Amino acid sequence: MSTVSAAVGRGNRGRRSVLTAVTWIVGIGFFFPVLWMAITGFKQEADAYTDPPRLFFKPTLTQFATVFDRGVGPYLANSAFATVVSTLLVVLLATPAAYALSMRPVKKTQDVLFFFISTKMLPVAAVIVPLYVAAKTLSMLDNVWTLIVLYTAMNLPIAVWMMRSFFQEVPGAIVEAAQVDGASLPRTLWQVILPIIAPGLAATALICVIFSWNEFFFAVNLTAARAATVPVFLVGFITSEGQYWAQLSAAATLASLPVIVAGWIAQKQLVRGLSMGAVK
Amino acid sequence: MPRIRTLRTVVAAIAMAGLLGGCAGAGAIGGGAGKTQLTIAIVANPQMQDAVSLAPQFERTHPNIQLKFVTLPENEARAKVTASVATSGGEYDITMISNYETQMWAQNGWLTDLQPYIDETSGYDPNDIIPSIHDSLSYKGDLYSVPFYGESSFLVYRKDLFAKAGLTMPAHPTWPQVAALAKKLNDPKHNVSGICLRGLPGWGEVLAPLDTVINTFGGRWFDQNWHPQLTSPQFRKAVQFYVNTVRAYGEPGAATSGFSECVTRYSQGQAAMWYDATSMVSTVEDKSSSVVVGKNGYAPAPVVDTKSAGWLYTWSLGVPKTSTHKDAAWQFIDWMTNKEYIKTVGKQLGWARVPPGSRLSTYQIPQVKQAAKAYAGPTLQALRTADERKPTVQAVPYQGIQFLRIPEFQDLGTRVSQQVAAAIAGNITVDQALRQSQQYAETVGASYRK
Repeated sequence: MSTVSAAVGRGNRGRRSVLTAVTWIVGIGFFFPVLWMAITGFKQEADAYTDPPRLFFKPTLTQFATVFDRGVGPYLANSAFATVVSTLLVVLLATPAAYALSMRPVKKTQDVLFFFISTKMLPVAAVIVPLYVAAKTLSMLDNVWTLIVLYTAMNLPIAVWMMRSFFQEVPGAIVEAAQVDGASLPRTLWQVILPIIAPGLAATALICVIFSWNEFFFAVNLTAARAATVPVFLVGFITSEGQYWAQLSAAATLASLPVIVAGWIAQKQLVRGLSMGAVK
Repeated sequence: MPRIRTLRTVVAAIAMAGLLGGCAGAGAIGGGAGKTQLTIAIVANPQMQDAVSLAPQFERTHPNIQLKFVTLPENEARAKVTASVATSGGEYDITMISNYETQMWAQNGWLTDLQPYIDETSGYDPNDIIPSIHDSLSYKGDLYSVPFYGESSFLVYRKDLFAKAGLTMPAHPTWPQVAALAKKLNDPKHNVSGICLRGLPGWGEVLAPLDTVINTFGGRWFDQNWHPQLTSPQFRKAVQFYVNTVRAYGEPGAATSGFSECVTRYSQGQAAMWYDATSMVSTVEDKSSSVVVGKNGYAPAPVVDTKSAGWLYTWSLGVPKTSTHKDAAWQFIDWMTNKEYIKTVGKQLGWARVPPGSRLSTYQIPQVKQAAKAYAGPTLQALRTADERKPTVQAVPYQGIQFLRIPEFQDLGTRVSQQVAAAIAGNITVDQALRQSQQYAETVGASYRK
């Protein structure tokens, strides 16, 4: 009997080791391009794009200095403003919508949910001309508020769907207990439900932040000098007549930092939040 | 307590957003009161970045004008500026365009006629602009944009590798000669390809050098009645030659190699020859980015049935009709494209970095002659011989050498280039690529035959 359990134990350990190795390989596979980007940012242009790739080189901060010389500040400010405000708006709008669709479903709930997600089905390239003309007519071209409205609209359907799956995790008995105790709906939502779904809320907000921070298509088409965001600043390093990989890598590394830091800070909530929604 | 903390967090977040908004919304990138603010769309090329770095000098001498640059890669800039100008978006006071757009946009009434401004500016000297470039930016005799720099195409080769192999580059090489040289110099064991040629899809990528090959092989896109000629024997022979050469003696991964990949490969000593834009010299002859400085010879664009084959391209500055600051815009354009600017770049950034190919006088400056002695002559000669009006052996209903100056060409060229790239990658044959391309061209040709 003990021989059998030892064999089973060894088998499990072996399987776990293989799984761990596979997980590491997949993790490194995902992380390697990011690491390579950061390393390339410390190279000279001549070392950045070689055949075969150069692993040993004299590191330099020249490329990072160039990025700051080109005035990344206003672009960072525009990106941060558009991202923070649009994410706040998304959370404010998606939370009650998701609550209603999950805790108080009505006859057409499924249709409403489908309507939300259907707004993501049209390629943005198909609507860019009407959007451009509308923004021009409203004198809203090159205005950061135009991006805020669009980013809010862009992220709202995803946020509603995500938040709904988190709301569905909340046991109905807790809500009923709060109501029996005489709590009003806003109070129930604020003091009972929100603390339970806080990890999910954090995960939703972070995804909205990532999508808004990285958004390029609207930004490049609807902004010029005043409201341009970091992704627009980044592509300014791509040239058709010269070498640019080291500069672009340095700029991209800097541009990634705020999102990486935000993810790092929220990682505990993020993991809990994502696993909460994962089963739905 | 938790409620208060949460509220405090929300208020803090809104306050932070408001603070940032104060920066962003109110025009974070400057916004001096009482100043004329010029928004300038430029293409992200090294020469333009030099201009951006020198622009504060203009602002110091013109304290009432403030400059804001929007820098984008070529494709994004072209798409965005075209959309803005065509819809009277009015975001830009100055746009960087090329000889592809200028005449079409002038005809559409989208650009300001710069001739009156030029005529009133003493010392601007429009007759100093290289004639072929001047013509390519003129509509009904008036300049609608003025050149910042110009380029043609030529063949760069490694003199040291040629000497080692006992080979000589002919003064006026033909394409079959170049292919034969590439065969002898191709050395995959030492990671040196015989020649580098673009294969990356895009009308401004693979089609730029390929079109010059098609032209000199006697091919043409359309006959005089706008019937497509992409399956004609001459067109087919040219494309087959290009594909065979790059596949046999060209760089590895040619189907994904554009200017950037070729300039890197050649600069790292991994190609014996390279046919491309004359602007390559700013990288190839720069010690900080190239290991082959001083080892290069330059030959005219190879030919077959024409006397010359080099292309003609210029990045120029124009003022959209919608600009409300035309006078200020011209003041900046004058500063950025006159003879003094070229000297300023030379003195402050180096004589090898002066914008080439715009003015004849540039090539009379002793320091430029010295710094660019290996390539100044071939560059000027290539620009002088480029003829947009008669690019091919047979007559054609369009103008342009490495492009057709028709609005549809951006789309048509991109589609055809995708077919050619697929042939270079070996996914389809040249015949298949050209049959499909002929269908694309038929749609365009039909719209002109009506």
